[in-house]
Formats: sequence, C-alpha cells, structure tokens
Amino acid sequence: MAVPAAFLALFFAFPFAAILERGLVGGGPTFDVLTSESTLRILWFTLWQAGASTALTLLLGLPLAWVIARFEFPGRSLVRALVLVPFVLPTVVVASAFLALLPEGLERGVVAILAAHVFFNVAVVVRIVGSWWGRLDPRLWEAAATLGAGPAQRLRAVTLPLLRPPLAAASALVFLFSFTSFGVILILGGPRYATLETEIYTQAVRLFDLRAAAALSLLQLGSVAIVLAVAGAIERRFGVVVPVARERDVARPPRGWERAALVTVLLLSGIALALPLTALVERSLATPNGYGLAFYRMLGKETPALLVPPWHAVLNSLAFAAAATVLAHLVGGSAAVAVARRRAGWLDALVMLPLGASAVMLGLGFVLAFDDPPLDLRASPWLVPVAQSLVAAPFVVRIVAPTLRSIDNRLREAAAVLGASPARVWREVDLPLALRAVGVAAGFAFAISLGEFGATVFIARSDWPTVPVAIFRFLGRPGAVNAGQAAALGVVLMVLTAVTVLLADRVTTVRRGTL
Amino acid sequence: MRRLPLALVGLCLALAGCGGDDDGREVVLLTHDSFAISKPVLRAFERETGLTLRILQGGDAGEALNRAQLTVGNPEGDVFFGVDNNLLSRALDGDLFEAYASPELERVNESYLLDEQHRVTPIDHGEVCLNIDRGWFASRGLDPPRGFDDLVTSRYRRLLVVQNPATSTPGLAFLLATIAQYGEDGWASWWRRLRENDVLVVDGWEEAYTARFSGASGSRGDRPIVVSYASSPPAEVVFAGRPLEEAPTAVVASTCFRQVELAGILRGARNEEGARKLIDFMLSPAFQADVPLSMFVFPVREGVRLPPEFERFAVVPARPLELSPQVIGANRDRWIREWTEIVLR
Repeated sequence: MAVPAAFLALFFAFPFAAILERGLVGGGPTFDVLTSESTLRILWFTLWQAGASTALTLLLGLPLAWVIARFEFPGRSLVRALVLVPFVLPTVVVASAFLALLPEGLERGVVAILAAHVFFNVAVVVRIVGSWWGRLDPRLWEAAATLGAGPAQRLRAVTLPLLRPPLAAASALVFLFSFTSFGVILILGGPRYATLETEIYTQAVRLFDLRAAAALSLLQLGSVAIVLAVAGAIERRFGVVVPVARERDVARPPRGWERAALVTVLLLSGIALALPLTALVERSLATPNGYGLAFYRMLGKETPALLVPPWHAVLNSLAFAAAATVLAHLVGGSAAVAVARRRAGWLDALVMLPLGASAVMLGLGFVLAFDDPPLDLRASPWLVPVAQSLVAAPFVVRIVAPTLRSIDNRLREAAAVLGASPARVWREVDLPLALRAVGVAAGFAFAISLGEFGATVFIARSDWPTVPVAIFRFLGRPGAVNAGQAAALGVVLMVLTAVTVLLADRVTTVRRGTL
Repeated sequence: MRRLPLALVGLCLALAGCGGDDDGREVVLLTHDSFAISKPVLRAFERETGLTLRILQGGDAGEALNRAQLTVGNPEGDVFFGVDNNLLSRALDGDLFEAYASPELERVNESYLLDEQHRVTPIDHGEVCLNIDRGWFASRGLDPPRGFDDLVTSRYRRLLVVQNPATSTPGLAFLLATIAQYGEDGWASWWRRLRENDVLVVDGWEEAYTARFSGASGSRGDRPIVVSYASSPPAEVVFAGRPLEEAPTAVVASTCFRQVELAGILRGARNEEGARKLIDFMLSPAFQADVPLSMFVFPVREGVRLPPEFERFAVVPARPLELSPQVIGANRDRWIREWTEIVLR
C-alpha cells in the first residue's frame, strides 16, 4: 500500500498542490468563480455529455464484447486488438477524420462530440467487460436454459448480475474520460461548447488567470471524487464471487440465430470503427505523385518540424510506453492487491483521481514543483513515463482489482491448508487467475502511454519527442509533405498498438493456470 | 513485495540524477513548438561558442510564455524565444527578462525595437494574413476578396474560416487586424456582419488550415479563405512533395497584421554569459538566413538574402496593419471578451 501512496503523493498530489497553491493563495476568494452562471452552465454540460457518452458507449460496446467473449470466429484475436486502436490515436487526427465523414450540419456540435467519445472509448467496454465475460462458466447459461429461460431472461437473470463489477469499472473509466475530454470538445464541439477541462485550459493558458483555473480544477476534482465514490459503492455492493470456467477459453462457434447476430454486430462495429481509420491510411498513401510510400520513407529523414528524424519518435514512444507500463503495474498492481484484499476503497479512489485532474494544470504543476535540487526533474526524460503511468495506473487497478476480488477465498484457504506459504498462494492461485486481467491491463497501459498527448507534450524534451507529439508538430505546419508525414505516423501508431496488444493477449492467454 | 519501496527510492534517485548537469557549458533555450533550426546552423553556434544548446519547447506561444511566467526568478532555461508583440505586455508586466542590448541590433530596423529598455530583442517577423485557395476561385470565376470589406458581402458568404482569438495566436492577430482597420468604434459591427455571413470559427490554426481550408494540400475542407501567414504560400511550395510552378494559395495583402517575435534573457538564468551569446547568435547572418525555411518567418536583420522560394512566392506587405504593444496590452482581454459575446454567444 505504501508504494502507490508514495508514488501518487510525490508525482500527483505534490505538483497538483503546488499549482493550486499558486493560484489560490493571494488570489483572493474563489467563491464567485464557482457560483457564476457560466460555471454552472459548463458544469451541467460536462456532466450530461459525460453521462450520455457513457450510456451510448455501453450500448454499442456490449454487443461487441459479447461477440468477442463468447464466440469463435476467424480473426477474433485481431478484432480484439484492433478495437484498441482508436483509443490511442491523437484526437486531432481522429477529429479531422470525423469532420470529413460526418454529414454536413452534424459534423460539429453535440452529436459529433458523443460520436467521437463512443469511438474512442468503446475499447474500454469491449476489453474490460469482454475479458470478464469470457471467463464466466458457460454451464450457467446451459443450466438456465434447461430450466426454461429464454435468451432475454438469461441476459437479465444471469449475465447482467454477473457482469456488474466490470460494468461498473468500465462505466467509471468511460465517464471520467468523457468528463475530462479536451481535444474532442475543442475540435468537434467548436468554440461554442466548453467543459470544465477546456475552461480550465482557457483560463490557465490563454488568460493566465490561475485563480479561476485553480478554483475550477478543485470543482472538477470534487465532482470526480463524488462520481468515484458512487461507482465504488455500487461496485462493492454488487461485488460477486464468480464461477470461473474450467477451460482456458470458453468461446465456441455460434449457432443458429447467434450467427446472424454475430455478423451484424461485427459488420456494424467494423464500419463505425474502421471508416475513420481507413481515411487516415488513405491519406498517408496519397502522395502528390499518386499512391505510394513516399511519406513513410520521409520518416527516416531530417525535417524542420522536429529536432530529430521522425523515426526516433517511434523508438522513444516504445521505450516510454514500456517504462510506463512497468511503472503502472508496480503502482496499480500493488494498489489493486490492497484494494481487493483490504478493501482499501480510499486507495482505489486515490489512484483514479489523476484521471479527473486537468492535464494542463498537472503539467504546470510539474514545472512548478520539480524545480529545486534534488528534485529538479524538469529536464528529465523520466518524467514522461511517470506522467503516463499516472493515467495508466487507474486502468490496472480497475481491471485487476475486481478480478482478484472475485476469486473464491476458499481456493486460497485450501491452498494454505495444504501447506502453501502466502507467497506461494499468491503465485499459484491469484496470479494465474488474474493473469488474463493483467494482460488486458498491460495492453491498456501500453496503449495509453503510446497515445498520451496532453501531459506528454508539456514535459517531453524536444530531442525526445513521442509519436503523438511528432504528429502534432507536423500538423502545425502547412504543406502536403507535413500533412502526409503526420498521417503516416498516425498509421504507424495504429500498427504499433495493434501489434503490441496482440502480443500481450497472446502471452497472457497461452500460459495455463494450474486450475 | 517488500523490495518495492526501495525500487521507488532508486527511481527517484535516478530521476534526480538526470536532472541537473550544470557546468556553464550548456545554454538552454525555452521556446514554443514552432521553433526550428537547421542542424548546420546549430552546430556552427556550438562550435563558435563552445556551448551546448539545449532546446526546451513548452507548447504553443501562449503555453510556453505561461511556463516562463510560472517559474519567474527560477527559470527552466536561460533564454526565452517566442513572445510576440501581442503578448509582450504580459511578459514585461511579469518582469520576466533581464535587459541586454546586443551589438548586433545595429543591423536591425528600428521599427522592430518594441522595448526601449532592451528587455526583449526582435528576432523575426511574420505577418498574419488571409490566405485564399486560388484554384477554388479560378474554377468558379469569382474574384478573390481584396480586403475586409468584401468579406461581409453576400458573394463571400460561407467562405471564411477563422480561429478563436481566445485560443489561437493567429486568431488573436486577425482580431487585432480588424481593430487596427476599423478602430475601436467599428470593429464590433464588422464582426456582427461577418457572423451573419456565416463565418466558421475554430479553435486553432491546425484545424482551420489543415482540415477546414480547401487550399491546403490533402485537405477535404470546403472553405477557400483562411487566416494564416504571409509565408504559407511559399511553405505550400516547399512542402508540396513535387516541383510547383505556382503556389496553390495566395495572400490578401491588405489584411496582413504584423507579428514580431522577440527573445529575452530570463531573470535568474544560470548561464547569463551563454544567454547573451545566444541572443547575439540569433541576430547573426547565419541564423537570420535560416529562419525563413526552418520557421517560415522573415528575418529582422537588414541585408539578409531570402531563399528563392520566398523571393518568388512570399508577399511582404509594404505596410502591414499594426497596433502598439501598449495598446494591445491594455485592451487585449476586454477585446477578446467582447468578441466572444459578439461572435460565439
């Protein structure tokens, strides 16, 4: 418990407190900011769009989670990996694809915002709920069917109650991501829409009103804490011990009506998720001299947009992502164990809080807090994976803790009775059962770190750019070559994500537990 | 599990170890994302001075300035580059800089000197102007707009995309251009008419130019007029990926607003001697000749040859619109608030 608490204290609470203190001390009272009409309007919009985004994401994500978890079909593991790709793409890249695809009149405003949030977050539902769904013992449904329950009744009486923990976890994460969404609101909402996150940015960066920005940050953090407390209460209330399947993979070929359902779900999700991505691939290949790989070849050469050749960014991203994944597992993994074993709900909420903090304020806090030896970290490349792991650790906790909690304690007791030491119980019981969850979490952590932009752009050294930072630098310059290289890097990011997630899935599903 | 806290301590030490290497041989330039320098020019500086140049990019111009303001007195770098005339008052009020009059200033036209006390040194200028998609206008047989007055007429309805001045540097410059053009009494009614003429407002230059403007290569945008820079047409040629006889876009010269970018030595700089050398170098012929093709701006030093792409395709407006930094500083935030009420609410 000490590890995650210390890590969060040092790299989250300390810098965040530093920037809040700068804004609030000597800035005069902040009550007027919080009660102004525009703040209340912004708070309301932030809340309802996050709620609507979450509901829609669940609605569209659950069928896909069901299909991937329960059925065997060709290309299944590829689909499972590809779902994560939208999650890592920089918002500015996806948003421009949305601008081109959505029909006139809908391309900006609430519809576009909700569509983009679903597109980005559907992976959270599919993978978190899906990995859980896939472990459920299929005999439950068989038993229910034998007792005369139809598909709808089985869904209501068996499936949904058993899925409550991952549903709560996934909903909380999607809600938080939509609640603190930044690029999507700015680009697809246009200047007429504001959430707390975009308003904090405007106040802090454009108007340099740190007092208002700090007050709004506190409001945002407070709202997030309330959401987390509610979600945590729901999860604890409905925490269940799950009958785990004996087989490694319970998926089977679809039968009868299931076949039509499977094809429909895959087709619709494929269209919704693949169209914006295809547009990106097309753009990366469309050179001024016809289709070709010229933009990809340019990634190896020097460019005025960056201090290093663009391919360096790919290596940097991979290295940072690996480091961030390890850090997120050290922090999030030990937090998950503490949360699951000791019911340390406060730790759960604490790990989640960075997701609710404004990225720009945290970035400014880093600059402000780590400016004195021995902690003059402002120029350290280490700061990048540290910041990224703050975003990734909540996923590790949310994915691993419910799994650990769902393990029947009698298994552990039996192992102990048979003479296993606590360490051995952990190794032989908890770890094999949680391995699938750890794999899912690792995939997320890696992907988040690959795609993280808001905090990274603030602290990445110019000679150590990541891929999203490099994309942004290219997009900041006119000319076909710059736009083309941005698209090519976007495709590279997609491929990297898909490949690493495929690998993580393979490693964690091939190893068999001892049960 | 016991060993983990130890690992964390180790991590902190490793982090701290990477932090400061401070032996006076390094000079740190804090700047914005658009800063660029070619490798040979960078190496020339390091060879001539024996210093190592470390470049720290802190977001766009506004974000980078914020970082400098937050850490005033204990700065992240030695020199800050990238404050422009539109944000200058904020930097000077924040007491960010040490005065330094570089001997190289002799070769710089006086109109670029914006601070008598030399707390800031001009390095480059670039004009924010309307850009048009030449192909779009040619194919429809429509004349491109000649100035601000045309834009509020029905012929140019739904054709313009601009940036929000609250979130974008060129967007702010364009708002200031209209204020310079129509004065304190006239700008608001011009913008009201522009709003009725269906102007599209977006958040930043990237979206406006690369996604909404029809003239950017590879764009699917449908707006043939955009707020961008005087140097955007030559950039379209240089980065076309194939030889071009003509630039696909052009500048509406009467709409240009001057932007001067300045550098200053940060108060509390660890390497003040190196900082002075860096400022001198940024005014040297080598660096000044490099700025057009690396940052797509114009040199402030007199007698610097422009590259052929700039000679052929760039328009340097003879008399760009201007407002003094003092006037901008005193009114900027109010103008942005009023603009927001007029155009967005």
